[in-house]
Amino acid sequence: MRNRIENLSRRVFLKQGLAVGAGLTLGIHLGAVPRRLDAAPGATALPEELAPNAFVRIGTDDSVTVIVKHLEMGQGTYTGLPTLVAEELDARWDQVRVEGAPADAERYNNLFWGPAQGTGGSTSMANSWEQMRKAGAVARQLLVEAAAKRWKVDPQEIQVRDGQLSHASGQLASFGELAEAAAELPVPEDVFLKDPEAFRLIGDAALRRKDTADKIDGSARYTQDVALPGLLTAVVAHPPRFGARLKSLDAEAALAIEGVEKVVQIPSGVAVLAGDFWTAKRGRDRLTIAWDESDALRLGSDEILEQYKALAEGPGAVATAEGDAETALGSAAKVIAADFAVPFLAHASMEPLNCVILPEEDGVRVINGEQSQTRTQAGVAEVLGLEPGQVSIEMLYAGSSFGRRGNPRADFTSEAAEIFKAAGGKTPIKLQWTREDDTRAGWYRPLFFHRVRAGLDAEGKPVAWHQRIVGQSIAADAGMEARMVVDGVDRLSVEGAANLAYAVPNLYVDLHSPKLPVPVQWWRSVGHTHTAFAVECVIDELAEAAGRDPVDFRMELLEGHPRHQGVLRLAAEKAGWGEPLPDGKARGAAVHASFNSYVAQVAEVSVRGKAFSVDRVVIAVDCGIAVNPDVIKAQMEGGMGYGLAAALVSSLTLKDGRVEQSNFHDYQVLRMDKMPEVEVHILPSAEAPTGVGEPATPVIAPAVANALAAATGQRLRTLPLELA
Amino acid sequence: MVKITVNGREHALDLDPETPLLWVIREHIGLTGTKYGCGIAQCGACTVFLNGAAVRACSTPLSAAAGGSILTIEGLESAQGRAIQAAWAELDVVQCGFCQSGQIMSATALLTQNPSPTDADIDAAMSGNICRCATYARIRSAIKQAAAALA
Ligand code: FES
Ligand code: FES
Repeated sequence: MRNRIENLSRRVFLKQGLAVGAGLTLGIHLGAVPRRLDAAPGATALPEELAPNAFVRIGTDDSVTVIVKHLEMGQGTYTGLPTLVAEELDARWDQVRVEGAPADAERYNNLFWGPAQGTGGSTSMANSWEQMRKAGAVARQLLVEAAAKRWKVDPQEIQVRDGQLSHASGQLASFGELAEAAAELPVPEDVFLKDPEAFRLIGDAALRRKDTADKIDGSARYTQDVALPGLLTAVVAHPPRFGARLKSLDAEAALAIEGVEKVVQIPSGVAVLAGDFWTAKRGRDRLTIAWDESDALRLGSDEILEQYKALAEGPGAVATAEGDAETALGSAAKVIAADFAVPFLAHASMEPLNCVILPEEDGVRVINGEQSQTRTQAGVAEVLGLEPGQVSIEMLYAGSSFGRRGNPRADFTSEAAEIFKAAGGKTPIKLQWTREDDTRAGWYRPLFFHRVRAGLDAEGKPVAWHQRIVGQSIAADAGMEARMVVDGVDRLSVEGAANLAYAVPNLYVDLHSPKLPVPVQWWRSVGHTHTAFAVECVIDELAEAAGRDPVDFRMELLEGHPRHQGVLRLAAEKAGWGEPLPDGKARGAAVHASFNSYVAQVAEVSVRGKAFSVDRVVIAVDCGIAVNPDVIKAQMEGGMGYGLAAALVSSLTLKDGRVEQSNFHDYQVLRMDKMPEVEVHILPSAEAPTGVGEPATPVIAPAVANALAAATGQRLRTLPLELA
Repeated sequence: MVKITVNGREHALDLDPETPLLWVIREHIGLTGTKYGCGIAQCGACTVFLNGAAVRACSTPLSAAAGGSILTIEGLESAQGRAIQAAWAELDVVQCGFCQSGQIMSATALLTQNPSPTDADIDAAMSGNICRCATYARIRSAIKQAAAALA
């Protein structure tokens, strides 16, 4: 089964078992890594290059190209995954280059997602941890064997360091000098991975990001930047209410604009195409459209919340039932009752959504910062009557995403395909949403309501916890009920609550999943965005009711959860928990586990009347082995900042079915003046690495709310937080 | 015909004078480092220099730039710009990077006018530039580091 590369046309891709089912994440056999690359775009190898698997290529110019299967949307995949390869390869960091993988779920699937290729759930590092190290180790072994052959020495005596092989006899060779010879050798089935003590790049905080240079001089390429001969830019008029449809269209005024090429109807609205964005947008703005709103949603956020409160009066589907919460609440010495509400939120990625599609010989090519290759291939293929394999994807950077670009229904990439088709299927098109489209087109973090009752016994120990959760099911809108909804419970709605870490003997969590025509989707940290808020605020209230210090109280109830305790202890210590603060200032703490990582935050606030500021946030994280400590730090800072926007200012509201906000003047986000001082501490760990993109996000809102409670006595239970 | 100079090169453009400078730069001149983020002067992703002053290109019509000299991220060469870029690289400020051309232009404008900005100066000068990745803490540190390097 060995496949030698002789020329491009003879390159055969060995379909070996990389695309294994979900769950097989460790113990990936190297034999399972396809040995030679086919000529798929973005991952081709020259005959003289060493390309022993789908993830690494060593050129005669001494370059090491790492093929990264995960989207770089800011979270650091183009640095983290190459670090793993370079570590095992003993490459020099500056000889490492990065290339985005093509769409090919056989070779580049997310190992946690079975046969699907995509990025999300903070899984990039975790699912690649072993795979990418092995990819590097195989290449290293081939180089060593090639050198041993050339120098006629025992491979065991060869050293590899910083991109160079050497032998005590004085022989030296670079990777590039050995690449061609190494490419002739059989690819080993199994290799040794380094002992963590031998890591030189993994754990090095001084290692710099691979994408910085391109992103500080304007040369980084995003979908927005794609220019092609004959490319038409499409701007779409979407219906003003969810569930509305096109009734009639008058495109005359739009078509009268010089440069407007076409106006086409698509299922999601009307697209105007022109040679440039501005002309297309002017055309879009001149369309006269009547919408059929007979099935459209006419509710407002306030009414939706009222309906959710009414639903919370009755029992929902049971997510957790341990002991007998109802009876225990009845006999509790003290009961806390608290309602929490969080609004819809738009992701508001920095780059408004967009997608390029162009015809190819036997199908189409999508050019995109693609978060969900498999879904986009399926969605685009369905629209165009192609097989998914006929949809190739060229990977670009994404101007952030926070989940949005991984839409479960491939909404905007399918919309691009609809426009491409309606425009004749021969012309390259770029769909470019405006910021207003991006804000108003749905797929939000759902509005959620929580009703919690928790009881303490006479000694101040929690004896019962009843949490009723009401909100739309993301799994339902994603069409993923079969996988994610068990006994009527969408685990994405209850994650972080149903698995309460605190020791409470009687725990009951139930869920209502009302349906609305407002499409909802995963938003950085998904269900944790609201469950952590409710849980961490309630535990703080319980501590207060018990007359206990909120950190001590948590530590005690987290017995048996050493990683929660570890981060909480560290954050509290670094924040100077318990040390006196000047008047008007206070601290609040929160700790939460998500995506298999543990984050604690201590927020320090200053209050002046109804105004307050968050001055300092101390973060402690346990995410297993810290592969790139500085990237982890950046994700903690940024993930916290993203959550802080939701805690302080962001809210998307409906009124009479219309989204009230449209752009950054009314959909508020965090700005420089509200960014606190941040300090990040990483807990040393020998565990395999876990997620860092999301886990910092849900922790900040409760930390701030708890700090405000400490400062003012007001328990704020609605986001964004507002003092009365 | 409207004439503008971009990064030292002259361009004569036969375009609707109301076309925002942003799209002129991106699509007609082909310099894509300047980004569209909001189109209404709210996010700063499109920040360029017009005759030495930082402006939001999305809200500056071509007519307002007629005869003017424009500098984009691609043409940034001043000592302040270089120092800002160097500090950005040293601190690995960027995440997704989409806002960063605008951040760097605004930060360069700040240092050009004020060689040793305080925190309040930084807040005032940089709050018009949104970063959804919330790289603000590093932006602040990098501005200070660049200021120190230039001092
Ligand atoms: S695009 Fe100009 S300020 Fe946002
Ligand atoms: S780096 Fe992503 S928006 Fe600023």
